[in-house]
Amino acid sequence: MALLELRNVTRRFGNLEAVKDVTLAIEAGEFFTLLGPSGCGKTTILRMIAGFDAPDEGEVLLDGKSLAGVPPEKRPLHTVFQNYALFPHLSVSANVAFPLEVAGLSRAECRRRVAEALAQVHLADKGAAYPHELSGGQKQRVALARALVNRPRLLLLDEPVSALDAKLREQMQVELIALQREVGITFVFVTHLQEEALALSHRIAVLNAGRLEQLDEPDKLYAQPANRFVADFIGKINLIEVEVTAASKVLLTLKAPGLGEIAATDPRPIQAGERGAFALRPELIRVYGHKESADLKNRFEGRVKELLYLGDVTLYKVELANGFLIEALMTNAAPGRAKFHEVGDAVAVCWRHDAGVFLRG
Amino acid sequence: MAKPRQAPAGLTRWVVALPPAVFLLAFFLAPALIVVLASIREPGEFGGLAPLPAWSTEAYAFLFGDIIYPEIFVRSFLGALLTTLICVVLAYPLAWLIARSPKRRRDLLVLLVILPFASNFLVRIYAWIMLLGPFGLLYSPFAVIVGLVYVHLPFMILPLYTNLERHDPALLEAAQDLGANAWTRFWHVTFPLSLPGIFAGSALVFIPVLGMFAVPELLGGTGDILIGNLIKEQFLDNRDWPLGSALAIMLTVAVLALAGLAAWAARRGLHGTEAVS
Repeated sequence: MALLELRNVTRRFGNLEAVKDVTLAIEAGEFFTLLGPSGCGKTTILRMIAGFDAPDEGEVLLDGKSLAGVPPEKRPLHTVFQNYALFPHLSVSANVAFPLEVAGLSRAECRRRVAEALAQVHLADKGAAYPHELSGGQKQRVALARALVNRPRLLLLDEPVSALDAKLREQMQVELIALQREVGITFVFVTHLQEEALALSHRIAVLNAGRLEQLDEPDKLYAQPANRFVADFIGKINLIEVEVTAASKVLLTLKAPGLGEIAATDPRPIQAGERGAFALRPELIRVYGHKESADLKNRFEGRVKELLYLGDVTLYKVELANGFLIEALMTNAAPGRAKFHEVGDAVAVCWRHDAGVFLRG
Repeated sequence: MAKPRQAPAGLTRWVVALPPAVFLLAFFLAPALIVVLASIREPGEFGGLAPLPAWSTEAYAFLFGDIIYPEIFVRSFLGALLTTLICVVLAYPLAWLIARSPKRRRDLLVLLVILPFASNFLVRIYAWIMLLGPFGLLYSPFAVIVGLVYVHLPFMILPLYTNLERHDPALLEAAQDLGANAWTRFWHVTFPLSLPGIFAGSALVFIPVLGMFAVPELLGGTGDILIGNLIKEQFLDNRDWPLGSALAIMLTVAVLALAGLAAWAARRGLHGTEAVS
């Protein structure tokens, strides 16, 4: 049985449907992420799990039992708030001890558990400090220790690292992964940053305008987006409008207006005549000089319109025959050579027949 | 955390500081000095002060020699303390309610709190005579406390409201999320964070109440006089200026000592609350 379940959860604020009929299950021990742009309903879902908000329809279940009517203080789950919400009048130790004292643990037990929790987040020497004396990263760790100290069944994290600067964020992400593995507590993480979601999660639920768009493991989400929104939201992608002209068991032939035929694969039953988008990641495209031959099925000629040299990689924007600007990413892995083409060069973009995905609609 | 602003250049600083400095010198420090000097002179035969050089510590000897004066001091302090406590208890829920109201209604409610100031203080005390008289409660310690609380309540509500309004609601959510029920949330989060507001309000109530003489005079009985009345009596009725001055100095010293003690206790007990206060 799943640890936490959302069944057909809908939440309205006035005329706005913040969450629309969301159903998902979170397994024990998972690092689960709710990903979406701001206003997609992810924070509302988090608040309904925590108990600060209640669904208008559907239910939230923990261990198969409905949480309806259970107030936040009675739910065996804790939240790491976006701005940490540390108690400013309490020392770091007292902050971390708060949930233990509320639960009525003995003084000695409190002290032992607080020390343990602070050691876990590498703040063993900061127990006597006050929140206003800490850096952003340290506050973040205190909030984590406080939320984990009495071993909740579930930890909810509301964009906990988004307030930190880039370097620190990356470090905290690494620490979060290690911490989750160490404590074995289920993490439900909310973020609008897709890289963060991909890096941290076991599974990701992508939300848009209150709807669950796709729920999958990070690599599957990236390689096989279910629709245009997911494809576009996660990473960079080229979306080429196409119509299916032929479909055999796994092989698809797609016709892109003004461009020609694209060979693709898809295990799903797809009918000839369906319309949609062909989604192709930039790093799966090779850019050759137009005279170079390539042993690839999909080969389209064009001209380099722009290029962005980024050091480790170069992003080429190639204008194809139909005016479509396709983006291709090439690693600069050849020593001594910064880029392979210049702006204005006639080139050919090529990709394997199994490189892209056909998206219906 | 506010960055220390750059101090204005020398001349500007003096020009800006001069008027208040002169004012304080002329109307606070000089009169205080006059009172100190008056307390060690002899009373004049028909009031006022005897001609110099007639120095005397008799006023202090008298003050410390008669048990009635310490008694009145203690009674005044207890009365002020009781008034302050009642003010805290009455003001807290009100301040909390105002702080929790929708933003647009808050200003109106604050206005209602300070509205009584628009009418004359004595008129409002006379109103209490009308109110308490028919119930036979007039001229009693009860009437004095009622009057004192009534007059000073806004001075407790306003700083408390200012404090409570700035509390981050996320802190209460965090406390609830961590398992605290409403009672625990109040006593472990809201209340400790509101202590600076309580201290500020208490200072604004306690100190003026100590020196107040109009309310006890109008609402209290003969046995209900406070230090304020006593001092007033020395100057206007007994015409013993040195004793009145000595009493005033004792009151000032006692209040300063108390304020110092409170500040010291606040600094020790409130470490870390700067962030919200």
